[in-house]
Amino acid sequence: MFLKLRLPLALTFLAGLIPIVAFFFTEKATWIRTPNSWLEQDMVIIAGFALLLGVVNVIQGNVRKIEQRSSGWIYAATLLTGLFVTGFFGIFGAMNFGPFQGIALRPDGTPTPFAWVSLYVFTPLQATMFSLLAFYVASAAFRAFRARNTEATILLIAAVIVMMGRIPIGESIFGVFGRPFGNERWLPDLTEWIMQIPNGAAQRGIIIGAALGAASLSLRVILGIERSYLGLERSE
Amino acid sequence: MEPTTQFDPTRVNVLVLFSFFSAVVLFYIWKARQGGELFIRRIAGLNAIDEAVGRATELGKKVLFVPGIQSLDENQTIAALAVLQHVARTTARFGTELDVPNKDPLTFAAARETVREAYLQEGRPDLYNDRIVHYVTYDQFAYTAAVSGMMVREKPAANFLVGCFYAESLLLAETGQASGAIQIAGTAEVAQLPFFVCACDYTLIGEELYAAGAYLSREPAMLGSIKGQDVTKAVVGLAIVVSTLATTFFGWDAITRAFRIQ
Repeated sequence: MFLKLRLPLALTFLAGLIPIVAFFFTEKATWIRTPNSWLEQDMVIIAGFALLLGVVNVIQGNVRKIEQRSSGWIYAATLLTGLFVTGFFGIFGAMNFGPFQGIALRPDGTPTPFAWVSLYVFTPLQATMFSLLAFYVASAAFRAFRARNTEATILLIAAVIVMMGRIPIGESIFGVFGRPFGNERWLPDLTEWIMQIPNGAAQRGIIIGAALGAASLSLRVILGIERSYLGLERSE
Repeated sequence: MEPTTQFDPTRVNVLVLFSFFSAVVLFYIWKARQGGELFIRRIAGLNAIDEAVGRATELGKKVLFVPGIQSLDENQTIAALAVLQHVARTTARFGTELDVPNKDPLTFAAARETVREAYLQEGRPDLYNDRIVHYVTYDQFAYTAAVSGMMVREKPAANFLVGCFYAESLLLAETGQASGAIQIAGTAEVAQLPFFVCACDYTLIGEELYAAGAYLSREPAMLGSIKGQDVTKAVVGLAIVVSTLATTFFGWDAITRAFRIQ
C-alpha cells in the first residue's frame, strides 16, 4: 500500500506543489528555486532511464516477431538492423574509436558514418513523412469543404477567402471585382480580419477553457484525486 | 525594476486568481463529497467509446490507442491516460485486442501500468500481456510512420488519438480515416483541432479532454472539480465582457491590466 499508493501520491504532491510555489518567488528565494531546478533535472535523468526501458522493449518485441515469423516480420528485421547499425556508429563515433571519429561532419566537410546515416537516410525519411502532409491536407480539405448545410457553406466561403487572400494569384483573380470597399488590398485585409476576429475569438474561447481544464486536472493530480496515471481509479 | 524581496510582487494577480480558482474547485469537491447534485453536460466523444470498442469486438479486430507524443509533464498526456484506463477496461470486459504504441518512454511506462491495472480491475489478467503497450521510437515522424503502418496493415476497427499532438495529427487521422476505422480524437492543441474535426468521427475539444477522466469515472470528487472549473470560467467570461464594455465605452482598462502577466 505504501509503495504502490502513498509514496507515489506524496511524491506527486511535492513535485506538483514546488513549481507552483517557485513561480511566485524570485531567484533570491533559493529555498524553493533550488528544489525546483532539481525537479527539472530529475525529469531529464528519469526520462533517460525510461528511454533505455523503451529500447529494450523495442528489441524484445521485434526479436519475438522475427522468431515467430509473424506478419510483418521483415519490417521488424529492418527496424532492428537500423537500430543496431545507427547505434553502433553513434556509440563508437562518440568514443572516437577507430574509423568512427565523431558523430558530426569531419573538418574537411565529409560526414562521419553516423552523420552519413543521419544526413542521407534519417533526414530524407523524416522529410518524406512531413511532405505527405500536403496530400493529406488536400484530402481532408476536400471532405471538410463540402457545402452540405449552412455552417459548412460558411466554412467553405471563409476558407476560399482565406486561401485566396494568402497567395499572390488570389489578389489577381479577385482583382476583377475592382475596389469594392475602396481598398485595393481588400482581399488580404478581409483574410486578416477573418483570421484575427472570428477565428481569433473562437480560438481564445477554446484556449481559456483548455487552460482552466488543465489547471483543474493539475489540482486533481496534486491532491491525489486523479490517479489514472498510476493505474488506480478510486479516489477514496 | 528588479524586485528586492523574495516574493515576486509582479505576480500578485496570478496568486489572487490561482487562490480564487483553487478555492472554488475545492469548494465544489467538498460539496460533491457531501452528496450534492452536480450536472455535467453530455460529451458525445466519450459516450462513443463503448460503441467504438463494441464495433471492434463485433468485427473481431483490434482497438488502437495513441496517447499523444508528449511526456507525463504534459497535462494532456495525463488526461489521455484517464481515457486509456476506461478504454482498457472496456476492451478487457469485451475481450477485444488492444494496441497502445508509445513515443515517449515515461508515457510508455505509465500507460503499461494503467492498462495492466485496468485488466486486473476487470478480473481479466489472463487477457493482459506486455505486448499490448509497447514502445516504438522517440522520433516524431518515425513514430508517425510506424503507427500509420499499423493502421494500414492491421486495420484496427477503432482508433483513439487522444493526447498532445503536433504535425503528425493529420497524418495519423487521415490514414485511420482511409483505413475505415471509427475514430475518436481528443487534444487541447488548438492548431491540431481542425484536422481532427475533419478526419475523425468524434473530437474532444480542449477542456472536454481534461474533463474525460472525471466524466468517465463519475466520481463525485472529480465531477466537483469540473463544476468548480465551470464556475471559474463563467467568472472569467463575465470579466472579459465587463472589461470589453468598460474599455470600449469609458476607456477604463483596470480589469485588462489586472489580468496582465509580467
